[in-house]
Amino acid sequence: MDRFSWTTGLLELGETLVVQQRGVRLSDGEEKVKFDSGVLLLSTHRLIWRDHKNHECCIAVPLSQIVFIEEQAAGIGKSAKIVVHLHPASSNKEPGPFQSSKYSYVKLSFKEHGQIEFYRRLSEEITQRRWESMPTGQAMQVNKDSQAGRIRAVGIVGIERKLEEKRKETDKNISEAFEDLSKLMEKAKEMVELSKSIANKIKEKQGDITEDETIRFKSYLLSMGIANPVTRETYGSGTQYHMQLAKQLAGILQTPLEERGGIMSLTEVYCLVNRARGLELLSPEDLVNACKMLESLKLPLRLRIFDSGVMVIELQSHNEEEMVAAALETVSEKGSLTADEFAKLVGMSVLLAKERLLLAEKMGHLCRDDSVEGLRFYPNLFLTQS
Amino acid sequence: MHRRGVGAGAIARRKLTEAKYKERGTVLAEDQLAQMSKQLETFRTHLQAFASKHKQEIRRSPEFRLQFQDMCATIGVDPLASGKGFWAEVLGVGDFYYELGVQIIEVCLALRHRNGGLITLEELQQQVLKGRGKFAQDVSADDLLRAIKKLKVLGSGFGIIPVGGTFLVQSVPAELNMDHTVVLQLAEKKGFVTVSEIRDSLKWETERAKQVLEHLLKEGMAWLDPSPVIPVVPSPIPVIPIPVIPVPGAPAEGGHGLAGSQSRYSRCSQSHSRYSHSRYSRSRSTC
Repeated sequence: MDRFSWTTGLLELGETLVVQQRGVRLSDGEEKVKFDSGVLLLSTHRLIWRDHKNHECCIAVPLSQIVFIEEQAAGIGKSAKIVVHLHPASSNKEPGPFQSSKYSYVKLSFKEHGQIEFYRRLSEEITQRRWESMPTGQAMQVNKDSQAGRIRAVGIVGIERKLEEKRKETDKNISEAFEDLSKLMEKAKEMVELSKSIANKIKEKQGDITEDETIRFKSYLLSMGIANPVTRETYGSGTQYHMQLAKQLAGILQTPLEERGGIMSLTEVYCLVNRARGLELLSPEDLVNACKMLESLKLPLRLRIFDSGVMVIELQSHNEEEMVAAALETVSEKGSLTADEFAKLVGMSVLLAKERLLLAEKMGHLCRDDSVEGLRFYPNLFLTQS
Repeated sequence: MHRRGVGAGAIARRKLTEAKYKERGTVLAEDQLAQMSKQLETFRTHLQAFASKHKQEIRRSPEFRLQFQDMCATIGVDPLASGKGFWAEVLGVGDFYYELGVQIIEVCLALRHRNGGLITLEELQQQVLKGRGKFAQDVSADDLLRAIKKLKVLGSGFGIIPVGGTFLVQSVPAELNMDHTVVLQLAEKKGFVTVSEIRDSLKWETERAKQVLEHLLKEGMAWLDPSPVIPVVPSPIPVIPIPVIPVPGAPAEGGHGLAGSQSRYSRCSQSHSRYSHSRYSRSRSTC
């Protein structure tokens, strides 16, 4: 930590900000210091840390002082870290928070994540060494000294070598993973080819394939994640799985729907259902495909799609057209309302409030006043007072 | 002499042959389906072997996820299509993205009243990471984009708009056509845009520029800052000195912060001549 200098935090001419991340703690080697929580900034020339509460407390180290960096994955109770190994401080270094340190490295703890992006950018900057081509007064001097520093820092070479080996090992693991991935994809490709040829056969036969076979084929495609190329459908892209899912949903959503006035947007349903599940979540497509089957399965819920494209689930007993009458009363009482105001009054989501007002307009009960101040709805006096 | 191919017998025989061919056709498809079923089982085994070695890598490494997704796309497979698919069940890749979808929806909903339903990918990423807490895995921009693409199908207006080198994420069902997105891209450069800038750089007529800006205003996606620009200087003097390290809590650049809805719009009703010097900045939350 003795390599850091106090700084104002302002960038020099020619110095550019590359990336910043908040919620970062600085440690001197293995020891905690008072730089507990702050913003870490990476520029083309320096690594800067500024305390998040006291902006006067700002320190920096030139990138040229960095020997190399490594990542430390997060663990239980520990954030992910980047370890930055540094050359010894140059003799003409500006004063900083520490005169001396027994460590030649510092640790950056990313308490609010962001370490992956930061590591990537820091690696880039260290490789590109942009500070050499964009000199600012300070940077040139420090560079010269780091050459001398290299000769002195013998101990660091040993560490470098060990970490290089470790890096090679990790690289090997990664390349093995990618190799395995490629092999897996080859096999997946075969499955795709096979499904294409079956799909062609089905097209050729044009109606001579049984319902049963269609259902089987669709479930195979679902397993592989292959889009269904056969257009003749009975239940959309639905399969047995989606049918079961539809029945489940009818059970799960009954009470929440009643609590919300009989209607919910599909995004609300998606969040509700997946939060409740915790694991083995539904994909958005699963949800839509299941909901498309609700009506034909004669379940007490149905999917409704408004003109705007907004999709909702309604209780069968829910009648949006009746709700429009109530909406008209509310709007009349207040003279006029925007979707936001209406939503607040009635206790609905803004999305659904807007759809109800639009429906009321479509049915002729409300008129719109569309200006830069927003979309406002009035009772349709043309209808009632003509 | 025997005349072949004529007579009731011949017809009956032909019918029989045809029927046999048809039957054979059905049998062929049946065979292929059975073959596919078997191959699926084999594939599933391979996938399980892969998962036992590399499942962690998928959850841990955005680079690996990216590679995985790209390869799937190349061969025509969507690993996120269904939670019931092999990829989700065996590799667990589904849960990662579907949960991310939930988190994205929640963040967008929470901030909608401040930014009108438009948020930069960077800010979305920051907010999502905050919500995920200390022990969750990191998410990359690519992860977010893939999760959002899947959310589109829910019909609540999720969309991705490319601007400059990054993206804006839309989460309300507002109609934004090419004109709107082009202006948003222009505004993203400095954080605001004026009618005259649009006229100059896009070569549009004033009316067209105004219409687009008004639409964005109506949708609550832009603020109007009517303070007149000093006419002596050709381009507005930047309000912030170069370089800047933004201090959290300071008002948003180039525009007004969270003015009450009444005061914001009352400025618009002022004299028409102010319009051309007015600056439109994208509503953004000050986190």
